[in-house]
Amino acid sequence: MAKQYYEFKPYNVGRWIIWGLFALLLLFVPKLFTSSLSVTMLSQMGIAIIACLSYNMLLGQGGMLSFGHAVYSGLGSYMAVHALNMVSKGTLPIPVSLLPIIGGFAGMGFAVLFGYVTTRKSGTPFAMITLGLAELVFAMSLMFSEFFGGEAGVSGNRVVGQPFFGISFGPGTQVYYLIAVYTFVCVALMFAFTRTPLGRILNAVRDNPERVEFIGYSTQRVRYLAFIISGFFAGIAGGLGVILFEIVTAEVVSGIRSGAYLLFTFLGGATFFFGPIIGGVLMVLASVLLSEITKAWLLYLGLIFVFMVMYAPGGIASLIMMNLRVASFGFLRKLWVSYLGLAISALVLLVGAAVLIEMVYHLQLNLSMGPELRFIGIPLNAHSPDHWFGGAFVMLTGLGLFELCRRHYVHEWGEVQEDIEKEIKRREAL
Amino acid sequence: MSGAEQLKQPALELRNLRKSFGKTEIIRGVDLVVQHGERVAVIGPNGAGKSTLFNLISGRFGPTSGEVLLHGKRIDGMKPYEINRMGLARSFQITNIFPKLSVFENLRCAVLWSLGYRYTFFKFLADLEDANDRTEELLEMIRLDKKRDILAVNLTYAEQRALEIGVTIAGGASVILLDEPTAGMSKSETTRFIKLIREVTEGKTLLTVEHDMGVVFGLADKIAVVVYGELLAFDTPEAVRSNARVQEAYLGSPVADSQAGGH
Amino acid sequence: MEFFIISMLNGLSYGLLLFMLSSGLTLIFSMMGVLNFAHASFYMLGAYIGYSVASLVGFWPGLVVAPLLVGVLGAVFERLALRKVHKYGHVPELLITFGLSYIILELVQLVWGRTAVEFRPPELLQGPMFTLVNHAADGISLVWGGAPAELCEAAACSPFPATRGFMMLVALFMLVSLWLMLTRTRIGLVIQAALTHPEMVESLGHNVPRVFMLVFGAGAALAGLGGVIGGSTFVTEPAMAGTVGSVIFVVVVVGGLGSLSGAFLASVLIGVIQTFAVAFDYSLVTLAQQLGLELSAAARNNSVLKLTLSQVAPILPYLFLVLILIFRPKGLLGTRDE
Repeated sequence: MAKQYYEFKPYNVGRWIIWGLFALLLLFVPKLFTSSLSVTMLSQMGIAIIACLSYNMLLGQGGMLSFGHAVYSGLGSYMAVHALNMVSKGTLPIPVSLLPIIGGFAGMGFAVLFGYVTTRKSGTPFAMITLGLAELVFAMSLMFSEFFGGEAGVSGNRVVGQPFFGISFGPGTQVYYLIAVYTFVCVALMFAFTRTPLGRILNAVRDNPERVEFIGYSTQRVRYLAFIISGFFAGIAGGLGVILFEIVTAEVVSGIRSGAYLLFTFLGGATFFFGPIIGGVLMVLASVLLSEITKAWLLYLGLIFVFMVMYAPGGIASLIMMNLRVASFGFLRKLWVSYLGLAISALVLLVGAAVLIEMVYHLQLNLSMGPELRFIGIPLNAHSPDHWFGGAFVMLTGLGLFELCRRHYVHEWGEVQEDIEKEIKRREAL
Repeated sequence: MSGAEQLKQPALELRNLRKSFGKTEIIRGVDLVVQHGERVAVIGPNGAGKSTLFNLISGRFGPTSGEVLLHGKRIDGMKPYEINRMGLARSFQITNIFPKLSVFENLRCAVLWSLGYRYTFFKFLADLEDANDRTEELLEMIRLDKKRDILAVNLTYAEQRALEIGVTIAGGASVILLDEPTAGMSKSETTRFIKLIREVTEGKTLLTVEHDMGVVFGLADKIAVVVYGELLAFDTPEAVRSNARVQEAYLGSPVADSQAGGH
Repeated sequence: MEFFIISMLNGLSYGLLLFMLSSGLTLIFSMMGVLNFAHASFYMLGAYIGYSVASLVGFWPGLVVAPLLVGVLGAVFERLALRKVHKYGHVPELLITFGLSYIILELVQLVWGRTAVEFRPPELLQGPMFTLVNHAADGISLVWGGAPAELCEAAACSPFPATRGFMMLVALFMLVSLWLMLTRTRIGLVIQAALTHPEMVESLGHNVPRVFMLVFGAGAALAGLGGVIGGSTFVTEPAMAGTVGSVIFVVVVVGGLGSLSGAFLASVLIGVIQTFAVAFDYSLVTLAQQLGLELSAAARNNSVLKLTLSQVAPILPYLFLVLILIFRPKGLLGTRDE
């Protein structure tokens, strides 16, 4: 049916700006953080972003909770490192920069194989099957040492062959830029996927798997296809990991890594596209930096995760979006006092709890070094009852204050939501 | 078979359809022939098996024995999506839409397969002109064009029921099954809704489960009376109203008569 | 022969332990729709708390106190955290128990350290329950307790550990009392009804949320009890939650989600198969040798063919899972159609 009228579709300038900014950010961030640790971390973040986004294709877009995503990124890594060794030997004449694609196809291939069995079920059984499969692969990795390299893993060398226009992938910054390119392309592709028929039907399957069958789509086929595409991008992340670390050990297919994908994707926010990007960044920050600051980082992570599930199941992304919405109506300034109160009391609570936790950890792990420890500049003595009492007191005070601030905040938030509703109705009436 | 041949076959045919759940037989041998363009109201007391019949026809589960034929082809035992692709669509008694998608997206998802887009992931939804145009048409048909970007979960009950109908007819199915479309609606909403149903199912074969006798007598060419899993009568409204067996088993009371007379 | 009997009994005892855990998991799942990811963590907690109580006052008090404590902790968690998440759906419920498993693991490592602790069974249970003596001439005879050393020099002695026997005893006792409670008491009837129709039961005036809390706590207590026994029989270490955790999830999926009898069947099956497998040091290479087939040096050194059954034993449950999913996705005795 030809259009009966002329329709003016302006170019979506906003979209170009956002992607442009993203590209610029990727380009210039290593100029801001120049130490080699920073560059490595930035590279890791790029990889984590791809991995978490591929995971969210299942979790946030498809409603499929998988406990075994590391299988696909890990097996992609293994295939990629074997390919790298073949490149070094000269039996595989491809440039190192194309290695992640091999990882991607490996991830995809295993997803085709395992996904056939896995996607036969949904919901809780699906989650359990992914768990069982992940355990199977991890256990096998300790058995078949030719492919998995046993305890030492499989190592490779990314500096292979003649440098191409000076690019040998020896220096860390070159590796970073390669990863940055892949990150940009993969993020763009995965975003594009959400705008395609399959992407939208995948959302429909998440919302109402039964109804989808009655509009002509096989729910199982949709899930299977999404699983395969997700495996492809996971494999790319795995392949990039090979280039970055030049070694692959059984950890890459472990349940710990699968759990990390789940934890951080959820923390970042599974309900928005950019949530896993935040999750990926946090994943690297937590495992590299946080683990240096405190030995109790896994405990903190677990606690934060549980609180997020209870109070903010949409993750950090949803918190940002909720507040952006409030800001767009101009009501954000009503909340800043509540937020300040929440932040301060949370800080007090955190410091008190952390003091206690750190002292316990110190007693447990480092007692050989004497009972004294420094925690963020505070000298503590794990044997001193004063310090214990002080820590508990600060924590309990913080808890009380936090609860008070929380109630006030909930009240304020409710009022703001009402104001927004009124505003919406007012605008509708115009 | 060609279109012309297809029209010679009845739109929907049930042959000695039976369904048992464990030891309980819910559907006990139903024979029914519905011609193209007929509008059939399926009535009967609660628990008679009306929704079960719809589930059997639409493929939600398969019959214990017997056959279901769509345009002369057997569809019993087929998956719901296979049946849907052959031109049969159904709505649900409890609203069954996609809560986190907008009204527009809900409808667009429902048109995709019928326009041949299948599982494509290398075309953008925004570029699919035919899908977007058809969705706009549907939006206007079900009068939700002002609410196109509202999430389905935020609609009012009546609006959700309208969207339910929209999703059902979106794929252009020629045989439509509506399961209690006006359930839970007020009198005025029901009247408006019936008008909507009549418009959107113009020229299609329609089967609808209904309890409201006013709706039934106003909408239907034929009435199928189902009691305890059996088809008691399948005839024009007047014939059914005067059918003694039906009166005894279901309509029976003068209340239903006056309700039907005074609509 | 006696090897077969003893291994069978060992396998049965392990299977019954698995069932103690998977029954609690199935009960919680059937009633609340929540698959408790932290169930194995409760098992671990039971072992550690049992160990601490045992070192303070003795094993037998520990056997009573530890499950109670774990049960209370489970009920508290349900009340404070799980209940809040109920309204968001099943995925967040699974996620919160997932987070809980992390927290419990870290807390356990915090309090008791990262290495295994020596949780010894009590005096009464150390040593064998009975010994099967296979005398060349007299055949098999049963000796209660341990067989004297001179006897074992002349014949083959296979002891059956008392801890294993105790495990079977406790598991059976617990199951019978569970069955009795569910079918004979009033609270049991309420629980049975709430298993399938929680809203109806609530509208009849029963405090269903409280029932949920009780069931979750009871499931946790069962796991804790299993932990005291399993921890003293096998090993008490931080990794115990992970190893047994994935096995019980396999058990409930293989048995059919929501089916107690399926969980029983799957537990016993997996328990027996794994126990037997661990005992066999045969690989495909040795099989070929027994059959008289000639293998090249390369084949004999191939890591796949060299794998003995005992090395493969840990993955057998997962292989079982994959097979079941291909050939019988509903599970062995599955009733619910997800």
